[in-house]
Amino acid sequence: MSPHGNPEVPASSATEIDRDAQKVSAEPEASASTTPRPAVDSAANQPVETPAEGRNAWGLWEVFVRSSRGLSHVHAGSLHAPDAAMALRNARDLYTRRNEGVSIWVVPADAIAASDPDAKGSFFESPQGKDYRHATYYTKSEGVKHL
Amino acid sequence: MAAQNLQSVPAEPTPREQDPAEQARIAAQEADGQASFDRVMAEDSRIEPKDWMPAPYRKTLLRQISQHAHSEIIGMQPEANWISRAPSLKRKAILMAKVQDEAGHGLYLYSAAETLGQSRDKMMEDLIAGKARYSSIFNYPALTWADMGAIGWLVDGAAICNQVPLCRASYGPYGRAMVRICKEESFHQRQGFEILLELSNGTPAQKQMAQDAVNRWYAPSLMMFGPPDDDSPNSKQSMAWNIKRFSNDELRSRFVGMMVEQVRVLGLTLPDDQIRFNEDTKKWEHGPLDWREFQEVLAGRGPCNSQRLERRRSAHDDGAWVREAAAAYADKQRAKQSMKTKEYAA
Repeated sequence: MSPHGNPEVPASSATEIDRDAQKVSAEPEASASTTPRPAVDSAANQPVETPAEGRNAWGLWEVFVRSSRGLSHVHAGSLHAPDAAMALRNARDLYTRRNEGVSIWVVPADAIAASDPDAKGSFFESPQGKDYRHATYYTKSEGVKHL
Repeated sequence: MAAQNLQSVPAEPTPREQDPAEQARIAAQEADGQASFDRVMAEDSRIEPKDWMPAPYRKTLLRQISQHAHSEIIGMQPEANWISRAPSLKRKAILMAKVQDEAGHGLYLYSAAETLGQSRDKMMEDLIAGKARYSSIFNYPALTWADMGAIGWLVDGAAICNQVPLCRASYGPYGRAMVRICKEESFHQRQGFEILLELSNGTPAQKQMAQDAVNRWYAPSLMMFGPPDDDSPNSKQSMAWNIKRFSNDELRSRFVGMMVEQVRVLGLTLPDDQIRFNEDTKKWEHGPLDWREFQEVLAGRGPCNSQRLERRRSAHDDGAWVREAAAAYADKQRAKQSMKTKEYAA
């Protein structure tokens, strides 16, 4: 792979993502999105007849960039593209103009499932009050070397 | 991110929502939302796309961010005009990189605006239809090569002054876009300064060209900070919402102070004999600006308004076949892929 990833083979660059899971979660999200993007299946059935106007509304992709080897991919931003190969090319031009990355992931935005911000209290409540999960909770060992 | 956030845009009321019990429930939700929004403001924390936010806050941000995005996109034009006439290959490459950055900045900002519930296509449509505003500075013509220097030094300089505090704007996606933009913007200002410095140290005619460009861009760049504080009705609310951190006049005064120092290094002068440091207020002051001109340009009657919009429109139309071809290719690939999947299944 080239340092910027090879846009010709988009699928292989995101092997850590479960692609089947994406497709499942994309279904309910797609109806909630007001961004008109052609559904994959109907486009596949009628590739030529899709009206030009509908096609102009390109899907939204989230971009993740690995800044150097040994680090995780980190969310950099989003962009519009008609397919994964173009999304990768656009992501390279948009988010790595100054050598910011050695690898890029692009993910269809509507394939991302997010936790509900309104439920943050209850959703993240479990770790609260559990200080014993942190090393700083244990004070009696203070002063003991290598502990 | 943006696509999911579109859900949080308040929808039209349904019959069920007109039911009193339902209305009471919605009112309670709004009150909760407002309380949590107020808490975030008080803590000087950040609002994220799916959080509840007051409708005027959303509207203000959408207006500001989309105008900002449009400014970056239209802002490519005065400089792109000079790429083919740049005096050396090096300057050509630098100018191309800068114009490409402006396109990138526009796209970062459109993404941020999209998280507020407006599609990029709609924003683009509004711009092309002449319904959207952008910074009035880009309606002035770039007459000589020295204008590339003056635009970088003064216009990008003023933009940086404005944008650095926006990195701390209360709306998360806007602040993050600004961080990225500010990192890239400083090269823009330095390359402009360098162009002016070289011209200033060149022949008398070159130095004159540099001075002329500074003379023409000085006042418009000061007006980039917006109307004076007592004539800027939205400023107060934007500051209360932690979107804006400093007033227009405060930022303008800071900018003048920086330019006073820098213009000496350039060996040029600023076309304003009333610049002084006020010892009482500890602020830099400048001569009067022609706000009528500002309003005229903003209202679409500047030197280049129609030319800029026409250029944007034709660029959009000329690119239609590229967008269509890319979409057709994507459709074809998907069709192929789904055929393959069916074959495997069979």
